[in-house]
Order: sequence, then structure tokens, then C-alpha cells
Amino acid sequence: MSKIVKTIAALLFPACLVFGAYVVLHGHLTPGGGFQGGAVMATAAALLLVAGIPLASKHEGRYHALEALGLGLFLFFAFVGLGAASGSFFFNALASHGFFGQAVAPGPNPGNLHTSGTIAWMNLAVGIEVLGGISVILYALREAARGEGDGKAEGDGK
Amino acid sequence: MKLRTVLSAVAVLLLAAFLAEMAGLVPFGDPPSPAMDEWFLARAQEETGANNVVTSIVFDYRGFDTLGEACVLFTAVLGVALALRKRDRQSEIAPPADEEEA
Repeated sequence: MSKIVKTIAALLFPACLVFGAYVVLHGHLTPGGGFQGGAVMATAAALLLVAGIPLASKHEGRYHALEALGLGLFLFFAFVGLGAASGSFFFNALASHGFFGQAVAPGPNPGNLHTSGTIAWMNLAVGIEVLGGISVILYALREAARGEGDGKAEGDGK
Repeated sequence: MKLRTVLSAVAVLLLAAFLAEMAGLVPFGDPPSPAMDEWFLARAQEETGANNVVTSIVFDYRGFDTLGEACVLFTAVLGVALALRKRDRQSEIAPPADEEEA
């Protein structure tokens, strides 16, 4: 790809990541959540792929790990509910403990980021999983496209 | 054969239990019945601590559904990674180790 495309992609890459992280972290306050925010963050990886910026291919193996880590974290926070007294699987045991553990103001209000307990943590876990999963798919497709046309230039594949 | 009879009986009993349970649900195609909506709207904030009621349903009340979705995504990615894995070491007969990592 041309220098213009590469420059713009490099400029938009951090903005994509930050916006995706915002959607994930505010999943319990605004529309969106882990699935949507993770997809936005994966768009950043797609941007690098399409523009042919070589930085991304170094971290390819780590996306597998990210995906597994996300699913594991989600299950972990589901099991946390079992630890509480009178708790159950998926019980929101962290609603009054920890980083997201402040009490929510009743009624309509602009919202406080530090509320909702396990919901925020699960959003984070799902965001990590979706980011890893979609990136794995993108890189697998890129490798497959590269394998088909062996004579083609390296930066051409998507 | 005896095991099969027992399993069939269990299946029939389960089916009957589910059908009996379904009789107590909200009638099919009855959107004006607002009991469930109001229940969630009134309690979601204090029970889950989330201002976004949709998220509180997806990640708390129906957490199992989201767990299934996450597993579906995981399995789909697994399938894609397996189907499109690198084939540059095709000549080796022994299955490569990275198949299991995926």
C-alpha cells in the first residue's frame, strides 16, 4: 500500500483502540459492551493488516493467547459468584467489592464508572476474547490469501 | 436394552416436566403483558449495580446465554484457525504441534 494509506492507518490505529476500550469499559453505562468494543478494537488490527504495516505480524501468536485468556476470565468471574454467601453461578458478588464495587445511585443518573461489579469485569473479559478471536480470524485469512497467490507481493494480501 | 428403557423413561419425564413448566409461562405472542419488563426495570439497578439495564440482563440475569455466545465465538475462531492453518510444512507426515495450540 502507498505511503498515504500507511500513514493514515498508523494515525487511526490508536484512536480505534481507545474508542474500542471506551466502549468496553463503559458497557454497564452506555450502549455497547464487550462484544461490540472488542470488534472495534479488532478493527484496529484489521487497519494495520490492510495497510500492510509489518508491526502487526510479530504479535500474531499472542492473539490466540488473548482469546483463551478472555474466555477464561469470563468463566472465572462467573465462578466468583459461587464464593459469596447465598451466591450462585453468575451471582454478582463484586457489586459492593473491589474496583467496580461502588453503590449505584437509584433512578435516572449519568452513571458512575465504578459500579456494577462482575458485569464490568465480564465486559472486559469478553472484550479481550473478541479482540483476540477476530484478530486470529483476520490473520488466518491473510495467511490463506497469501498462500493462494504465491507469486504476489507481500503487502498485497488482506 | 434395559439401560435404553430407563433413558427413554427419563427423557419422557423431562419432556413432560418442561411442558408442564411451559404452561405457566407468559402466553405466546402477548407483548402487552409487562410484568417481566417492569420487574427488570424496577430492580436491575439495585440488584446488579449497572445503569444499563440491557447489559445487566445480558451479563447478569442471562449470563449463561452470554457464556454460550463466548463459547460459540471461541469455537468458530478455533475452526477458522484450523481450516486456514499454515500448510508450508505439508511434507512432514507427523502432525505439527501447533495444531493443538490453536
